[in-house]
Amino acid sequence: MGNTKYILGSFADPDDLMHGIDKLQANNVSIYDCYTPMPIHGIEAKLGVQPSRLPIAAFCFGALGTLLGFSLLFYTMAYDWPMNVGGKPSFGLPNFVPVTFEVTILLCALGMVATFFYRNHLFPGRAPRVMDLRASDDRFIIAIDAKENTDHAFIDSLLTEAGAVEVKYNERKYVSYE
Amino acid sequence: MGTHNHHHDYNFSERYNFAGTAKIVSLLAIVAGVAVIAYGLMTGETMRTFANLLLMGYYFTCVCAAGAFFVGLQMVTQSGWSAGLIRIPQAMATVLPIASIILLIIAAGGIYSHTLYHHWTNPELFDPNSPHYDKLIAGKEAFLNIPGFFIRQILFMGSYSIFAFILTKLSYKEDLEGGLNSYKKSFKLSAIFLVVFGFTTPIWSFDTIMSLEAHWFSTMFGWYNFAAMWVSGIAVIVVMVVLLKKAGYMAWVNENHLHDLGKLMFGFSIFWTYVWFAQFMLIWYSNIPEETVYFYKRWEPEYKPWFWLSIIINFVSPLLLLVDRDAKRKQNVMLFVAILLLCGHWLDYYIMIMPGTVETNRGFGIIEIGTAIGFAGLFTFLVLNNLSKHALAPKNHPFLDESLHHQI
Repeated sequence: MGNTKYILGSFADPDDLMHGIDKLQANNVSIYDCYTPMPIHGIEAKLGVQPSRLPIAAFCFGALGTLLGFSLLFYTMAYDWPMNVGGKPSFGLPNFVPVTFEVTILLCALGMVATFFYRNHLFPGRAPRVMDLRASDDRFIIAIDAKENTDHAFIDSLLTEAGAVEVKYNERKYVSYE
Repeated sequence: MGTHNHHHDYNFSERYNFAGTAKIVSLLAIVAGVAVIAYGLMTGETMRTFANLLLMGYYFTCVCAAGAFFVGLQMVTQSGWSAGLIRIPQAMATVLPIASIILLIIAAGGIYSHTLYHHWTNPELFDPNSPHYDKLIAGKEAFLNIPGFFIRQILFMGSYSIFAFILTKLSYKEDLEGGLNSYKKSFKLSAIFLVVFGFTTPIWSFDTIMSLEAHWFSTMFGWYNFAAMWVSGIAVIVVMVVLLKKAGYMAWVNENHLHDLGKLMFGFSIFWTYVWFAQFMLIWYSNIPEETVYFYKRWEPEYKPWFWLSIIINFVSPLLLLVDRDAKRKQNVMLFVAILLLCGHWLDYYIMIMPGTVETNRGFGIIEIGTAIGFAGLFTFLVLNNLSKHALAPKNHPFLDESLHHQI
């Protein structure tokens, strides 16, 4: 098993997976990542995953949207070609609110989606990188870096004790694309 | 095969002990409020006192009604997260009958003393032969007349009170009997209650507040008032949750529940602004004199700074202070924003009521502050007194366990 890159513990039950994480952590085995078909409450805290920074991106895109929406209105309605609409001042702030708001929401939403796709390497034509195909179906996976954690037999026994139904030794990181 | 290690040893029969500082302070506040109201009535400031009484009476009733609405909404949406803290809105809901009676007395007193609703209660306004005949008001007589006003007030507040009473009773019965009977009944009852509440609160606010300036009308007004009611109701729940937790009660309520309350408070502050702005912008844009008169009055020098301050407190401050996830999970931040919003919605009601009553003789002094303190004391006393009579958690609520494990 010299070429093993990753050891995958495959669980059939999320509680067993959580139990497996506890066991591995108690024995100082570092966990590369976990893959589950559905969100599991508390797993981020247990693995020490940092909170997502997506809201920061959302705020920046939103602020950009406010700026762009407002500039567009100011340029078209008040600066380049001032228009008299119903006797209102051409630089009438209440008028500007709905459009500025809409552009803020639009840029915020599109920016968030783009950031999310970029960060997760998801875009049309891209083969998804998956370490275990059943992780999106009915299995809960703990992945352990086999190069960092060398006592493979011990890891195997820990995973099996925790209730893993299968332990895989993968020589490639991703199995999804051929 | 699951290895849940859910261990909780909460005492769900724990009760709030209403004594000491909270009791003394709330009673002193009531005494101070009564003294200030008597002072206001005796020093000839009758109209200003009645305007303040209406403001706080309406605010008080709205917060209690928001408690009942919260209970009904959680039932209909079958929400689990709120089960652990539902006793707080329930305690608010049980005070609704008393609040309604106080508001009725204030409205009756205001009409009797010609200090409130004088834009439509004078019978000469409806008499074509009278010099005071007002065609616009006379055209609204079918709706705006004193018997109709009181019938609607009693019907609306009475029905909310009855629903609030039965919903809380069912929950207290659940504590003793267990089973799903109470829950199923509450679900059905709440569904009816929400429909009744949703259709009648706009009309209720048309009657109670919008008719102060009876020449003016806005169909957005009802939703605008509903948003104010809902935000202030949630803010009161937040204040009570945080203070009870600081006093060592409700160990099962944690930052996840606070986070959800924070999201509601944040979201509905934005909703309030949305409705406020929708009303404002359409009137500003169409520029029809009978509509703009409302904002014209509020842009006179004595109201304009307060008008803008209300937007800053009720929109800008929750937007900036609560947008961050961590802020919604911190007790002190939430307490601060909730108190700020409660002051902000007092100001919101102040701007709704004062230009239609005292008009340019606006005041901010002992009568305003004293009346507000008096009603806050009355609310605190009645709600805490009710809270102390029942366990702080509905121990047989079918979703209580879900509430304990709520995590976001």
